[in-house]
Amino acid sequence: MELHIALQKNFGSFTLDVDSTLHGNRIGLFGPSGSGKSTLVSLIAGLQQAESGRILLDGDLLYDTNRRINVSPDKRRIGIIFQRPHLFPHLNVKNNLLYGFKRSTAGNRTIDFDTLADVLRISHLLDRGVNNLSGGEKQRVAIGRAVLSNPRLLLMDEPLSGLDDTLRFQIISYLKSACEIFAIPYFFISHSILEMRLMTDQVLSIEQGRIIEETTPEHLSRIHMGLNPAGYVNLLKLASSYQLEDMRVYLWGNAELFISGKNDQPDSLFELSSKDIILFKRHPEAISARNLLQCVVTGIFESGGKVGIELGCGDERLVAEVVHQVVGELDIVVGSTVFAAIKASAFRRLG
Amino acid sequence: MFTLTPSDYNAILLSIKVAVTATVLALPFGFAVAWLITYGRFRGKLVLEVMTNLPLTLPPVVIGYLLLLLLGSNGLLGQLLDSIGIRLIFTWRAAVIATAVVGFPLMVRSIRLAMESIDPDLVHAARTLGASRLNAILTVILPLSLRGIIAGSSLMFARGLGEFGATIIVAGNIPGVTQTIPMAIFEYASSPSGDTMALMLCVVSIAISIVVLLLHEYLCKRIMRAD
Repeated sequence: MELHIALQKNFGSFTLDVDSTLHGNRIGLFGPSGSGKSTLVSLIAGLQQAESGRILLDGDLLYDTNRRINVSPDKRRIGIIFQRPHLFPHLNVKNNLLYGFKRSTAGNRTIDFDTLADVLRISHLLDRGVNNLSGGEKQRVAIGRAVLSNPRLLLMDEPLSGLDDTLRFQIISYLKSACEIFAIPYFFISHSILEMRLMTDQVLSIEQGRIIEETTPEHLSRIHMGLNPAGYVNLLKLASSYQLEDMRVYLWGNAELFISGKNDQPDSLFELSSKDIILFKRHPEAISARNLLQCVVTGIFESGGKVGIELGCGDERLVAEVVHQVVGELDIVVGSTVFAAIKASAFRRLG
Repeated sequence: MFTLTPSDYNAILLSIKVAVTATVLALPFGFAVAWLITYGRFRGKLVLEVMTNLPLTLPPVVIGYLLLLLLGSNGLLGQLLDSIGIRLIFTWRAAVIATAVVGFPLMVRSIRLAMESIDPDLVHAARTLGASRLNAILTVILPLSLRGIIAGSSLMFARGLGEFGATIIVAGNIPGVTQTIPMAIFEYASSPSGDTMALMLCVVSIAISIVVLLLHEYLCKRIMRAD
């Protein structure tokens, strides 16, 4: 997907002014509330008009003030998944799903209804009214409805922010699999770095109506480490191995990780804050933390007054966060060996 | 004894005919004006709003008189219609127009309230799913404002049954031609021996109103259940 946007729009004292060309299929738009993210979504979809500028999607001119072109939203083939599901209350699940499908041109129809219903696990809901679905079911139907309209681009405008944590990670996997299976490029809007890392390959940062940088989700989370109360969030996809009393043992690269609690899922995603890793210069004799990993420092970076230490454990990477003093005292340089201690209870399972 | 004269029956039928015709006639316009006021962004929107609501605050006699000026044989529209052979004044059609004008704001108000409660993002969703502006109106806004349409129609119908001031000026009180229930009651009430007859028509009026209200409740319940 190639999307070129050069747009200007004023709202009183706020000005949205962007000029970017995006290549890729999993692009994120990251910024705080009020930075102009949702406005940009509306402009791209054609629900609002910019005062000046142009929008070009895969070579098709959708909007150009100079040439007075403004393709109406129903002709743009750009779907939106909103923050809330916004299902049509007067239609049942099946008719909600088919609303966009029926209006798409036969030649553009690539999505198979039954396959999608299976992917989103909504096949059993088809005859139900939408008002008595659970929050997660509603959002899944909304995803299905947008995907079935056979869009060439999906705009996801904070589709997870109305959901609690458990639901959030479930919906992420549905979003990802639906877009992957049917090869739909998307533009994912959020103020959550974690969501950016799970959903996107590249990120545009927007602040006060301007795109300030184009970066990777990994880099974004590193530069926000020092200011973020949760620090840098290490994401670990772990394969469960066996139970050891009240801990579960997981395989992580060549090492084993001991994590509190039970879990019967074969694969799980865990988060671990950079603040929950303690570094030792030499092997400590006896400690209460259940995980002690021998690592090599593979990188050092600065973020918001803190220092991030990238640790290599075999092929795996972890980021630990320390204050400046420590770097000198422990004599940490790239290539030095340190021991990282992590409590079994420091890991949080995401889904 | 409950008895009605043939002219009473005529009045009852005519009242229903006038109110139904006026309501059906006003419905598409009411929907369109409600839509313009709710979703439109144009100059003169305030003027449209004020003009729509004006009949609600004006005395019906004033409306009747203005309509008489407009539709009478010397009126702007009257002359035009006269030239193609249509005469409205002192016919039941004039009663329909008077009733439609007087009841219009009630209908617009109800539909507008329903439209305003529709989440604009539902319409946005429909547009991005491939619905043209008109298609979104027909498939999202119309069904979701159905309750307001029913409420507005029954309100306007009920108001139409009672229309007196504007109607008597443009349509007169001609038994069998333009005499509706309120006109007939007015006539009975002004004759010394008409008390019983007036009361009979009052009972009929009350009965029709109750039926309309019950029908309204029934339809609204059905929509709620369908939701």
